[in-house]
Amino acid sequence: MVTFQFIPFHEIENLGPAKRVNKLLKIVKENKIVLMEGRLKKQEEADLIEITMEEISSKFKGIELSVVYPDKSKQDFGQKVKGTFANILLGDRQGMTIIGPASVVKKIEQNPDKIELFTKDSKTTTPTRRYRKRK
Amino acid sequence: MGFFKDLLSKLKFNPFARKSHVKLGLYGPPNGGKSTLANRICQDWLGEEMSSVSHIAHETREIKIKEQVNIKNKNGKELTFSLVDTPGIATRIDYEDFLKRGMKKKQAKERAKEATKGVIDSIKWLDDMECVVVVLDSTQDPYSQVNITIIGNLQARNIPVLIVANKVDLKRSNIDVIKAAFPQYEVVGVSAKYGKHVEDFYEMLFKIAK
Repeated sequence: MVTFQFIPFHEIENLGPAKRVNKLLKIVKENKIVLMEGRLKKQEEADLIEITMEEISSKFKGIELSVVYPDKSKQDFGQKVKGTFANILLGDRQGMTIIGPASVVKKIEQNPDKIELFTKDSKTTTPTRRYRKRK
Repeated sequence: MGFFKDLLSKLKFNPFARKSHVKLGLYGPPNGGKSTLANRICQDWLGEEMSSVSHIAHETREIKIKEQVNIKNKNGKELTFSLVDTPGIATRIDYEDFLKRGMKKKQAKERAKEATKGVIDSIKWLDDMECVVVVLDSTQDPYSQVNITIIGNLQARNIPVLIVANKVDLKRSNIDVIKAAFPQYEVVGVSAKYGKHVEDFYEMLFKIAK
C-alpha cells in the first residue's frame, strides 16, 4: 500500500525554511509520499537535499523529488499578470511538489507534459507505474 | 605604485586586477562525467590528471581543486581558473546499490557515508563558485529534479552557467532533449572521455567566464 499525504500551502506558509523542510522530511520518513501544494524556494530545495543527506542511514535511503510547475513561457500576458499578483498576495501556490521516500519510490520521471511515479514492488522490486498526473 | 594598488584594493576597486582568474566548478548528478571532464581539461593544459574515475557512482566523494589552470583560445586570449571538481549531487544514496556492484558490505557502507558528505559539501560550495559547468549525461533524461535544483540555485545566485552534454560518443546520446529542457542556457555536446568537441567547450568557457 502506498500512502499519499496532501500538504496545503497554508500549512507551511508561515514556517521558516528549516521548519518547512523538516516538516516535509518527517512525513517522508514515515514512508508516506508528500503531495505539497506549491513549491519550495530554490534554496529550500537545496536545503532539503542537504538535510536528507544528513539523515541517511541503513533504514532511510533518501528521497525522490519532483516539482510540477506551469510553463510560464506558454502563458499569455493576462495569465502572467494574474499569476504574479496571486504570488504576491497568497505566496507561490502554483504547481505541486511530490516528495517520496526512496524505499517506496523507485523513480519519478518528469517531462514538460506529465509526471510518472514508479514505486518499488514489494515482491519483485521491479518498478511499477502507480500514478500519473497530467498538467 | 604598490601603495596605490593596496589602497584601491582596500576600496574594492582595482583597475590593475586581472579578471581572468575565476573559480570554475564542475557540478551535476553522479556519473555524468565531471571527473572525466576535469581530467580532460587538466591533461590538455597541464599534462596531468586530476581525479580518479569509475563506472560505479560516487567515485568522487570530496571536493578536488586544481589551481592555476591556464587555457588559451584561437585568438590567443588567456583564461586562468581554479578548477573545482565536486561530488555528484543526488537525493538518494543506498549502500545496497554498491553491494550490487561487487563491493563488500563494510566498504559499501563507508562509500555511502562518504557520498552523503560529498553531496553536502557540493551544495555548500555553490556559494563560492564564480562560474559553473553543469555536466549532464546526454544519454539520460535531463528532466530530473536534481538537475533543475542545481541550475535553479545557480540562477538564483547569478552564477554564469554552461551546460555540457557529455557522452556524445554514445548512440543513445540526445543533446536536443537537454537543449529543450534548459533553453535559457548554452549547451555544448562533448565526449570528455575521447576529447570529442572539447575545443567548442573551451571556446564556450571564454564566453561565460568573461
